[in-house]
Amino acid sequence: MSNSLLAQGFLVKQAGMLSLIQDAGRFGAFNLGLTNGGPVDLLAFQWANRLCRNTLNATAIEISVGGLILIAQVDTTLAITGANMPLTINGQTKGLWRSYHVKAGDEIALGFATQGVRCYLAVADGFNITPSFGSTATVCREGIGGLRGEKLLAGNMLACTCRDSHQNTHNNSHKNKNLILIEKLRPAYTDEIILHTVPSYQQRHFTSYQQRLFFSTEYTVSKSFDRMGYRLEGQAITCDVEGILSEGICHGAVQIPADGQPIVLLNDRQTIGGYPKIGAVSSVDTAKLGQLNQGGKVHFEPISMEQAHNIFHLNLSGFNRTELVTCD
Amino acid sequence: MLENLNIHIAGENALIIYFGEQDGSQVSANISAKVQQAEQLIRKAMAQSLAPDIIDLVPSYASLMVMFNMMTTDYHQIRNQLRTLLQSIDHHLKEQVNHDEANIVELPVYYSNESGPDLSIIAQRAQLTVEQVIELHQAQEYRVYAIGFAPGFAYLGEVDERISAPRLGTPRMKVPKGAVAIADRQTAIYPSVSPGGWNIIGLCPIDMFNAKATPTMPVNVGDRVKFIAISKDEFFTLGGTLEVSYE
Repeated sequence: MSNSLLAQGFLVKQAGMLSLIQDAGRFGAFNLGLTNGGPVDLLAFQWANRLCRNTLNATAIEISVGGLILIAQVDTTLAITGANMPLTINGQTKGLWRSYHVKAGDEIALGFATQGVRCYLAVADGFNITPSFGSTATVCREGIGGLRGEKLLAGNMLACTCRDSHQNTHNNSHKNKNLILIEKLRPAYTDEIILHTVPSYQQRHFTSYQQRLFFSTEYTVSKSFDRMGYRLEGQAITCDVEGILSEGICHGAVQIPADGQPIVLLNDRQTIGGYPKIGAVSSVDTAKLGQLNQGGKVHFEPISMEQAHNIFHLNLSGFNRTELVTCD
Repeated sequence: MLENLNIHIAGENALIIYFGEQDGSQVSANISAKVQQAEQLIRKAMAQSLAPDIIDLVPSYASLMVMFNMMTTDYHQIRNQLRTLLQSIDHHLKEQVNHDEANIVELPVYYSNESGPDLSIIAQRAQLTVEQVIELHQAQEYRVYAIGFAPGFAYLGEVDERISAPRLGTPRMKVPKGAVAIADRQTAIYPSVSPGGWNIIGLCPIDMFNAKATPTMPVNVGDRVKFIAISKDEFFTLGGTLEVSYE
């Protein structure tokens, strides 16, 4: 008993390519130069938390590419959502998009993604990480958040509470049942997506011809894609102005540097910058972009601010309406 | 009707207000002061009526980005609220800045060839002595125009034209924490070790960003900064270190 209190949580046996502690992100610290961080695929992150009956902001792990192995030091419930990474618990193949009860000593291992890039691993009540500037989100470039501002390393202990399913059995047995998001309701990750984009910022510094080119070109994800941004390759776009006075950069902003190749800026972007921007991608679509690998194809499609709000709220109501079902 | 105030769309949950020129392409202390006043006004409103609606504010040289919460408000509502809010101080915004009211922060700098490897190059280009370059850098009060690029990185302007210097052709892989540097007519202090292409003229022993301190940064956007030359001994006394390599 006392032993389990000392070492409650999960031990990182193998950290994988890039595994990061993330909550929904850090907001309100842009004036210090601190960016948002948070899950690139917010939808998959929120599903992982819902599957664990958590609040949507609970701290989870974002696993990019794969290779994470954890050893449970505690009896609890966990769920993994997102990219198609092979999951085994104690060597037995398991599916994603559902929760599992695990016991102290269990080994949870993720292989490498066959479709998509990022997975989210949530535990009941979230990982217990001390927030920095109001958030546990890890931004490695800033050295802020997570465990000492770094990505996970082998040997790290990730604290969480014990939620022993047997202890609670007589209280409310229904609340202990595992949950699943049925297959047809799960996000489908493909290699080709549409990025709905609100024309904004320096839009009028791009001629109508350049804007038509931009919105009719198929772009390919280059080898430079990370949590800061996705650099794309395709038809170069030219802007009337080369640089602008540095200004605030919002999530999803599409920057056009001198070489004309668009960069979609994501969670770990710089807070301010001086390249012209043609618009900003809706958050529903940046979540999908964050699951694309090098070679993935994107088309930008212009939408109004009203349409952007519609897309956001339709997706939100769909998410809220979707019920998880219990499973064993 | 507000002149010289343009609220533009940035993204689905962000608006950007440009001050001065239509696209905010002009650096001036007056415009920067307007940005600062607007920011303070919105922050005050955030403590009251706009509490859940605004997520973050990003002031910069001539613009203020406002990120809003799509769960509690929308583009039309927040735009109207910002217009009303800023209209009420329209006449204040048009007033000239009173520099005396700005918060003045003094920052010590150890200027020398060992702490500022680019001092002699700037001096040569300007046909000045190293001492004169140091003198000119200290002679002026600088305004904090923006904070960004990295946590705690404050863009200060503008340095005397004679000591302005283009960015290095090849950025250094490693600029030490506290490096005081010049790029064109801007000057800044690197808050932590990072790559960088600015010309280094000295070292400041004061933390520009300390996550554990309150306040986290010694300066805010809109503050005035004055550099004060210190000796090597004073630099060490204030906690500075010279165990740095300029790669």
